[in-house]
Amino acid sequence: MKSFRGFIIKEFYHIFRDKRTMLILFGMPVIQLVLFGFAIRNEITDAKISIVDHSNDYITLEIKQKLLSSGYFLLQDDIDKDSDIEAVFRKGVVKEVIVFEQEFAQRLLRDGSAHIQIIADASDPNTANMLIGYTSSIIQDYQKSLKNQSSFLPQILPEVKLLYNPELKSVFMFVPGLIALLLMLVSALMTSITITREKELGTMEILLVSPLKPFQIIVGKVIPYLFLSFVNTATVLLLARLVFGVPFNGSYGLFFFEALLFVITALSLGIMISTISKTQQTAMMIALAGLMLPVIILSGFIFPVSSMPWPLQVFSNIVPAKWFLIIVKGIMLKGIGIEYLWKETMILAGMSLIFVSVSIKKFKIRLQ
Amino acid sequence: MNEPGYAIRAEQLTKRFGDFIAVNEITFDVKQGEIYGFLGANGAGKTTAIRMLIGLLSPSSGIATVAGFDVYKETENIKRNIGYMSQRFSLYEDLTVKENIRFYGGVYGLSSSEIRDKTDFLLKKLELEHARNMLISSLPLGWKQKLAFSIAVIHDPKIVFLDEPTGGVDPITRRQFWNLIYEASSKGVTVFVTTHYMDESEYCDRVSIMVDGRIAALDTPRGLKRIFHASSMDEVFLKLARPEKVGDI
Repeated sequence: MKSFRGFIIKEFYHIFRDKRTMLILFGMPVIQLVLFGFAIRNEITDAKISIVDHSNDYITLEIKQKLLSSGYFLLQDDIDKDSDIEAVFRKGVVKEVIVFEQEFAQRLLRDGSAHIQIIADASDPNTANMLIGYTSSIIQDYQKSLKNQSSFLPQILPEVKLLYNPELKSVFMFVPGLIALLLMLVSALMTSITITREKELGTMEILLVSPLKPFQIIVGKVIPYLFLSFVNTATVLLLARLVFGVPFNGSYGLFFFEALLFVITALSLGIMISTISKTQQTAMMIALAGLMLPVIILSGFIFPVSSMPWPLQVFSNIVPAKWFLIIVKGIMLKGIGIEYLWKETMILAGMSLIFVSVSIKKFKIRLQ
Repeated sequence: MNEPGYAIRAEQLTKRFGDFIAVNEITFDVKQGEIYGFLGANGAGKTTAIRMLIGLLSPSSGIATVAGFDVYKETENIKRNIGYMSQRFSLYEDLTVKENIRFYGGVYGLSSSEIRDKTDFLLKKLELEHARNMLISSLPLGWKQKLAFSIAVIHDPKIVFLDEPTGGVDPITRRQFWNLIYEASSKGVTVFVTTHYMDESEYCDRVSIMVDGRIAALDTPRGLKRIFHASSMDEVFLKLARPEKVGDI
């Protein structure tokens, strides 16, 4: 019994000695609980919408007020032409547009029915579904309140239109997210592991004493993974297209350029992880906890960023995958080009520049 | 450039890590073609000294040249002129013998035909021809070590640095390993070797013994034994490393 107790105590020593493992062991549950608790929300608040009101009468005004005071919606842009709707969606901020037909009140009260068009950005099918649900129920409520005012039952006929993903296939949402996840996984995780492996084996020292320059060692280590991650991306795209019918509406050239930016960011994150971890095991834990979790939870892959509490929304801005996802969804599903995506592209490019220079600097410092 | 005839010169070379002085003003030189034994107990500062000479660490103060190049400014030139075998094993376990030779040959800028010739020559010399396509991980430690040494000098460097190359190897293999060192030395390669096997230090032309970051003694093995009135290098080492204790015995 005494020897067994000693054995358990030794095991505890192992755990307490390794600071990084401790941090992950005890920090992870807290972080995960907070992240999942706050990020995973089924309700959506303050979704940005636009309204095209061709009628501008007291009923459309009442409906608009009801919608905007519900807490679910925020009015983003007021547009007055149907032709502007497409452009509003391309910008990516507005998730839903509501269109009232002409002479709305007249038709409703005189003819007994009027049309209202609900157009949603279904590149994120869950959000689209929920927004349409909210809108419909608010309109129905309003319709019921009219019943008390008149003898017959006026009908507001909603006409739902789903842009970019008319069948609300969730695979449309998962493919861009999966591409981001795979690229992050192959690039950052594999790079950090392969560099720490050379450190563990002692071959890194031999390489550093050789005429190879540190820069060449880094670049040489990451190029195979750059290549591999592109093979992976192409495979996912091909499968998504052939098996699930996910469209690719934009330019392949732009797509692979953006993917390259994202991969460079991920590779330099991998190099940074390798400079702070001594063993492959530590590198793997840091990469999984520090990179995978944000990609899955904070990038908008599964949970819409707009309905997270503001601290998480602010934090999500430094997650490269968030910007990459906006870009990929834009190119694949909306078919938009750089003229709509330049802002996200600049942010991604800026991030890769920062991470590359920091990682090269850290790698050099390690040599001293 | 300093005068020819010296492969390595160090003058008051020092490395501090914060308050800790790992290497304290060591001064020595190594002649071309010499086998120089760099001895010392664990933690005496041998590895730190070697790392400064091969350009992995920048010295805190002092002067040193390796193959005529300054260790502060000309590390790139130093790297081209030296071979290095670390105390940790340094071949890729998941590559074959041939692939390892090709990789390191390529890193040191050998042409494909040179690498081919060297591979054949080297495998024949080490009697490893049958193991050409075997993974390193399947070779016994002694063979790996001999192979690692041969690869460290594959580009015919002026100086080869060996950091405890024979750790964990049986006496017969150690003997064979030293034959490889002699052979390289006879071809004019300067050998700078650290070890804590005192019998090995007898094979060196000259040895220095480091104690607590300083060079406590430097001479030929015979000279050291005479100065310290010792019958073996073992005894010399014990007198230097723990002088007061030896006196107590």
